[in-house]
Amino acid sequence: MSIPAQSEGTVITKGDAAPGEILLKVSGLQKHFPIRKGLLQRQVGAVRAVDGIDFEVRAGETLGVVGESGCGKSTMGRLITRLLEPTAGTVEFEGKDITHLGVSGMRPLRRDVQMIFQDPYSSLNPRHTIGTIIGAPFRLQGVTPEGGIKKEVQRLLSVVGLNPEHYNRYPHEFSGGQRQRIGIARALALNPKLVVADEPVSALDVSIQAQVVNLLDDLQQELGLTYVIIAHDLSVVRHVSDRIAVMYLGKIVELADRESLYKAPMHPYTKALMSAVPIPDPRRKNAKSERILLKGDVPSPISPPSGCRFHTRCWKATQICTTTEPPLIELKPGQRVACHHPENFEDQAPQDTVLLSVAKEAAELVSDEVLAESAETSAAVAAEVAAEVEVAEDAAPEASEDEASEDEAPAKEK
Amino acid sequence: MTELSKTGAAVGEPTGTSPAPTAFLEVRDLKVHFPTDDGLVKSVDGLSFQLEKGKTLGIVGESGSGKSVTSLGIMGLHTAGQYGRRKAQISGEIWLDGTELLSADPDQVRRLRGREMAMIFQDPLSALHPYFTIGHQIVEAYRVHHNVDKKVAKRRAVEMLDRVGIPQPDKRVDSYPHEFSGGMRQRAMIAMALVNNPELLIADEPTTALDVTVQAQILDLIRDLQKEFGSAVIIITHDLGVVAELSDDILVMYGGRCVERGPAEKVFYEPRHPYTWGLLGSMPRLDREQQERLIPVKGSPPSLINIPSGCAFNPRCPYADIPKDDLTRTVRPELAEVGSQHWAACHMTTEQRERIWTEEIAPKL
Repeated sequence: MSIPAQSEGTVITKGDAAPGEILLKVSGLQKHFPIRKGLLQRQVGAVRAVDGIDFEVRAGETLGVVGESGCGKSTMGRLITRLLEPTAGTVEFEGKDITHLGVSGMRPLRRDVQMIFQDPYSSLNPRHTIGTIIGAPFRLQGVTPEGGIKKEVQRLLSVVGLNPEHYNRYPHEFSGGQRQRIGIARALALNPKLVVADEPVSALDVSIQAQVVNLLDDLQQELGLTYVIIAHDLSVVRHVSDRIAVMYLGKIVELADRESLYKAPMHPYTKALMSAVPIPDPRRKNAKSERILLKGDVPSPISPPSGCRFHTRCWKATQICTTTEPPLIELKPGQRVACHHPENFEDQAPQDTVLLSVAKEAAELVSDEVLAESAETSAAVAAEVAAEVEVAEDAAPEASEDEASEDEAPAKEK
Repeated sequence: MTELSKTGAAVGEPTGTSPAPTAFLEVRDLKVHFPTDDGLVKSVDGLSFQLEKGKTLGIVGESGSGKSVTSLGIMGLHTAGQYGRRKAQISGEIWLDGTELLSADPDQVRRLRGREMAMIFQDPLSALHPYFTIGHQIVEAYRVHHNVDKKVAKRRAVEMLDRVGIPQPDKRVDSYPHEFSGGMRQRAMIAMALVNNPELLIADEPTTALDVTVQAQILDLIRDLQKEFGSAVIIITHDLGVVAELSDDILVMYGGRCVERGPAEKVFYEPRHPYTWGLLGSMPRLDREQQERLIPVKGSPPSLINIPSGCAFNPRCPYADIPKDDLTRTVRPELAEVGSQHWAACHMTTEQRERIWTEEIAPKL
């Protein structure tokens, strides 16, 4: 396996945080958007966009965040850059709690945390020249770079692969890919430590997308940047990230190194998500059986399902999934999963074997091969673990529905 | 449908010298140009292809390569009628089941549109009317072509909604588009497109606005429906994964022209045009080991007003200097056969391309 360029030891990190040290720490972060109704604008509910997430970002690494639309990944990006005020939880940057810093308290930190936006058309002011746009961070922070702002802006333009002579042009004179480069140059102006990129390439054409992905890669190597890259495209995320967080309905369901996540995903949702990506290989056209089709849509974040939020669409859901929320725990070194019945691993709730009726329906959409394979790997891992701890009892979790353990889990089929 | 084609035969008499084709859909030298203040935009500039019933053609290309304009051209949605504001200049021939559409009477085309050929649009929210219920819109599409009363048509609408997998179709038929989720709207649009059993279905970026799990559901649905109805399908997309999943044939467009066309396997495993190589190299792939770096295509897509002379791809092509006499910059390459049913438009010799592909490109992918 090739070592990705960005994780090589030669990375020089700017500032105090040495590579590998925790740069950003998020715990219990929540953001609920209130829904108000009526004359008095009384609060009648809340959209739980981000509902309690914990993770950390280490200096020099790239954390990828994936999930479907509405899972809260963009809100998460805006919370850690403090563009939104968190409802609860804490955000620590370089060990300093920045959760509730005010505008002036945040100002010095704005240098260190920058953002690249999704839409290169709406994130650049059409009335300003790109010289003004990229020079704005210097003016706002009251910094005068060596040799003057203009010279520095021209240097930045050449760093991101644009012609420095285009200093006086306006955004409309550039193509989508070039505009995204302008956005990147602006984010880099103040030598940030952390760059949060929200869907940096999804608005671009395939050939241009590759240019921007490579540019982000090069900049990370040269400048020792730390990235949080939010995207819905799993192939792009795999390409750029060292570690990946998978979000579903405001929660992180799996957080793991790239290799572990893509080779052996543990959360059923991760598995379904990855199997849904169309593979550009016509010889696989008829290999439809590998695909796990999820039924229906993501439930509303206004009233998320109880217990595990994925249980309404999961083919492994049992009683415990509807009542107890699985914690995000480290099952394997470097792989944290929130699931009672993980794939490719020992079952966390082996006593609970009665599938819910929704799970049975969902399982009909999953081909037998996939089910058999998952049972096999889970059983293999379980056997391994059982052997290790010398437990006599058979820990194989794949008891069939008829042999359900009656006492612990009375079948509650709706 | 059959009675229409019969009556249509007289109207759609060939105007040129070329005989009527045998293929179900045949497009010959289609050109769609838009005059603007800045000059003539040559969105589609000489495109030809055939498609048989029961087969799927995938058209891939970047934005501005003319994919969508082609599909709108086939549907006759660019025709500048007397009320048309967009005075597109269209030339060439489009033969659908023995009828030439470009020279046909607009009324005739209107009778075919929605019945023999239907379209699924990219953004279902803007393609569905927000003031009317889903059912109303499907019923309307049905009653335009079938002389039945509303009750019968509504039953048909419920049946179609059920077929495309909308839960509780008898209730949801009275919902408004905003009450549906993105995936359900796209399903409703597919139901509307298929309500008249069209023989040609054009899907223009049908899943671009959708999440990957929903995309998988919709692609599955399109595939099943095609098996069931046996229609010809054109799928337009920029996602090579989607094309690989659905298509029998692939047509790669660049700067308003076809640069490569052939069976899906050939285009993926033995591509013979540098632009196709570029597309394949730009794409991170989940089914392969991690690549060190992507191989992007340098530069950006051409302006359609000022298409580069010679081969439109020459400013971005790393191999532009291989053909002698500056051929790539002066002469426009024509599509030439490079294998059975496989064409590519490039000045390099087939051997040169074969060598570059197998030695330089393929190992890096």
